[in-house]
Amino acid sequence: MAAKLRAPGWYRAGAFTLLGIAFCFGLTTLIRALYSYDPLIDGYAITVVAMLGAPFFFLVGLGTFDYWFYWAAGRPTRAEDHSSHGAKSWRDYFKVNTDHKVIGIQYVCTSFFFMLVGGAMAMLIRAELAAPGAQFVNAQTYNGLFSVHASLLIFLFIIPVFAGLANYVLPLMIGAPDMAFPRLNALSFWMLPVAGTLMLLSFFAPGGSFATGWTAYAPLSTDAPLGQMMFTIGVQFAGASSIATALNFLVTIITMRAPGMSFWRMPLLVWANFSTSLLVVIATPFVAASQFFVLLDWALGFNFFNAARGGDVLMYQHVFWFYSHPAVYIMMLPGFGIVSEILSVKARKPIFGYRMMAFSLLAIVVLGFSVWAHHMFVSGMQAWIRVPMMITTAIIAIPTGIKIFSWLATLWRGVLKLDTPMLFALGFLTMFTLGGISGVMLAMIPVTIYVSDTYFIVAHIHYVLFGGSLFTIFAGVYYWFPKMTGRMYDERLGKIHFWLTFVGFNLTFGPMHVVGLQGMPRRVADYAEQFAGWNLFISMASFVLGASTLVFVWNMVASWRAGPKASSNPWRALTLEWQVSSPPPIFNFDAVPTVVGGPYEYGVPGAVHGIFNSPVEAKPAGSLVTRPTKE
Amino acid sequence: MVVVGVIASAIGIALGLWIDWFPAQASTQAKEIDTLWDVLIIASVPVFVLVMVVVGTAIIKFRQRPGEELKDGPPTHGNTRLEVIWTALPAIIIVGLVIYAWQVLETIDKKPSSEMVVVVTGQQFTWTFEYPQPGGKPVRTNQLYVPQGQSIEFKIKSVDVIHDFWVPAFRIKMDAVPGITGSYRITPTRTGDYAIVCAELCGLGHSTMRQTAHVLSRERFDAWMVAQQKGAAS
Ligand code: HEM
Ligand SMILES: [Cu+2]
Ligand SMILES: [Cu+2]
Repeated sequence: MAAKLRAPGWYRAGAFTLLGIAFCFGLTTLIRALYSYDPLIDGYAITVVAMLGAPFFFLVGLGTFDYWFYWAAGRPTRAEDHSSHGAKSWRDYFKVNTDHKVIGIQYVCTSFFFMLVGGAMAMLIRAELAAPGAQFVNAQTYNGLFSVHASLLIFLFIIPVFAGLANYVLPLMIGAPDMAFPRLNALSFWMLPVAGTLMLLSFFAPGGSFATGWTAYAPLSTDAPLGQMMFTIGVQFAGASSIATALNFLVTIITMRAPGMSFWRMPLLVWANFSTSLLVVIATPFVAASQFFVLLDWALGFNFFNAARGGDVLMYQHVFWFYSHPAVYIMMLPGFGIVSEILSVKARKPIFGYRMMAFSLLAIVVLGFSVWAHHMFVSGMQAWIRVPMMITTAIIAIPTGIKIFSWLATLWRGVLKLDTPMLFALGFLTMFTLGGISGVMLAMIPVTIYVSDTYFIVAHIHYVLFGGSLFTIFAGVYYWFPKMTGRMYDERLGKIHFWLTFVGFNLTFGPMHVVGLQGMPRRVADYAEQFAGWNLFISMASFVLGASTLVFVWNMVASWRAGPKASSNPWRALTLEWQVSSPPPIFNFDAVPTVVGGPYEYGVPGAVHGIFNSPVEAKPAGSLVTRPTKE
Repeated sequence: MVVVGVIASAIGIALGLWIDWFPAQASTQAKEIDTLWDVLIIASVPVFVLVMVVVGTAIIKFRQRPGEELKDGPPTHGNTRLEVIWTALPAIIIVGLVIYAWQVLETIDKKPSSEMVVVVTGQQFTWTFEYPQPGGKPVRTNQLYVPQGQSIEFKIKSVDVIHDFWVPAFRIKMDAVPGITGSYRITPTRTGDYAIVCAELCGLGHSTMRQTAHVLSRERFDAWMVAQQKGAAS
């Protein structure tokens, strides 16, 4: 037992967490004693401090900091035997691991877990909304459900699942043995369960879970019960995780490309994650700041957002949206990357206008920072800001349009293989177009003045996030499933999943445009009689949509356990990840690849992207960055 | 394909214009906004149809057929002319829409020669309305009464958290923000009773924060006002 408590792992993590809670208890009580506060022992204060402190103890106990502590203390470090690479049994996925392939799978599975939990909440929301009046839940629970639903799906599903897929395939695609900072990578991953657990635990907080929406507008949030802090603090961990991962991607992409992999030979998925990472490192600190302001207001009475004491309520929204608008591209650009890979391979044609595809990503990054106040057209902010923001918002549609038209041209005259990844990619192409169109409508200030905060917005965000992002995620998971697991998924179940999802999705979210335009506000547990018909319809459709996810889960689990073995390159793709075995060797490449051409030269006779004639052993992770050798 | 696209667009636009998307149109501002919406439908449908038709045609004409498992498409890498067109054309459409939307915004914001002020105050979970009286105590009510044909400026405040003052039939909404007085104006065009809806999450009672706006003819409104003033005085 003592040995187990000393070695990194779950036992030590549990013990350290208890230790951390005790420490936070002591610290809080000590400070209150010094200030002679009454009561001396305050449950709320201790809980908030413990939510900030205990996760660090947990992470230390789990072992994410071990190497750094040893190194900083000048003691021999242990990682050079690479015992923390690769996974031999399912248990290894529950340990701290520095292998980007293991971390990628950890990310994807964890995110899908939160997706299923958040999805179940959506089912409860729709059950409540099936008829006007109260059915199953009271107002607190209802507001909690939609708040936690959105927060989980945004911060613990879409953002991290993209990071997870890229974690797995991006180093392979650029011919690198791992990410630039494998230990930071592990730490980034382990912050996610912390964030998600905090958010879920909020349901057990006195006063119920946080219930102010994923936007947590002040002063509603600064005055809310304790559960609100679990959003505020949870977002800090999720945000820190995404910043660290983004830095890791940037350094990996800039410094670890294989010989010959110039920027203009990178697959578009790499470009997309490069752009996303730029957005993340610049924007995410702003959401962290907005939530720290709320924390300080809530816990210490700082009055940032207390108008009666000279605070400025709109400041919250400006800081929040300065992150959260770029965040919508953080949730979309990686999907653009995935779809570019799949459309090119499955249409057997080069990506049409490759350079414009890359430039339009960068254009979206730059423009994405100039449009945040389009979420605030009715917020009462200074009127002059509205028109400039309308113009920049509308301009973003142009690079977005370039991408859509280029994908269409990629399809043209191709040889389309309509399997599951391709169906989801085409589903994305059509549904995201609708979301982009409603986006342009929303850019038009007079229209937004009417539909802002109605179900029209709910329709828009689900067309872009479900029909857009989630369809690309499904496409990507099916596409790389053989690479990640070494097995094939069931194509028939995949097609059933697609059609159920596609139809269920449109029947659920399409009518929301209509009820929104008719005047139904969002975030309400109860609504006027006139909307009853459509809402019942939407609820029925949403249950079909929910059920379709089970087909997916079944397919994934069954195929991972017992699917037919996958070959190294079942799709006849050119990019590097398909040139190694499925799953890839422990350090990705037994020989360092040399890139000799573009990634999408389908149809060019004899074209290759990378060659493997160099006999030099691939270097283990870390050695490239931390100590360059002079061999 | 072009024929299919044109027909589908025509049907789509016709349908989009025929469907009655909005609730009752009860202000001059509503008219402007509804027309802008129609224009957006006309601009949007062909874009969506274009994407659908190209994807549909590609699926039908270019799908992999038995025996083509190893076939590749032609290696076309791009076409500058096409790329310029699909950058410029959307840009032109968007510039047009933005200019038009800007004009609509100016029109709905325009201050008329005579205006009546109503102060709207949000609090969890109700609205109160104040009609300032020159040289007297304001008239205060829980139901909104406004005269038909009179431009009204709402001055919007909140005493606690953010709310949003919205009468769907008038189309315009604005947040009621603590510490700020927002404002917008509408001119009611139709008598009748219309729902007032709070459109910003303001706490547990948010979905119950509904009242009624009564648009009265000028005479009936004046009579109502006189009665209120008497009530306030006594
Ligand atoms: C052509 C591209 C797009 C345009 C012009 C656009 C425009 C807008 C505008 C103006 C709003 C604010 C509406 C309001 O609250 O009054 C909005 C809301 C939103 N958009 Fe988009 N959008 C676009 C694409 C996207 C994408 C790609 C995503 C995510 C993947 C996205 C996610 C959202 C979300 C989550 C909201 C609602 C935020 C909230 O209030 O909770 N949008 N969009
Ligand atoms: Cu936005
Ligand atoms: Cu409200």
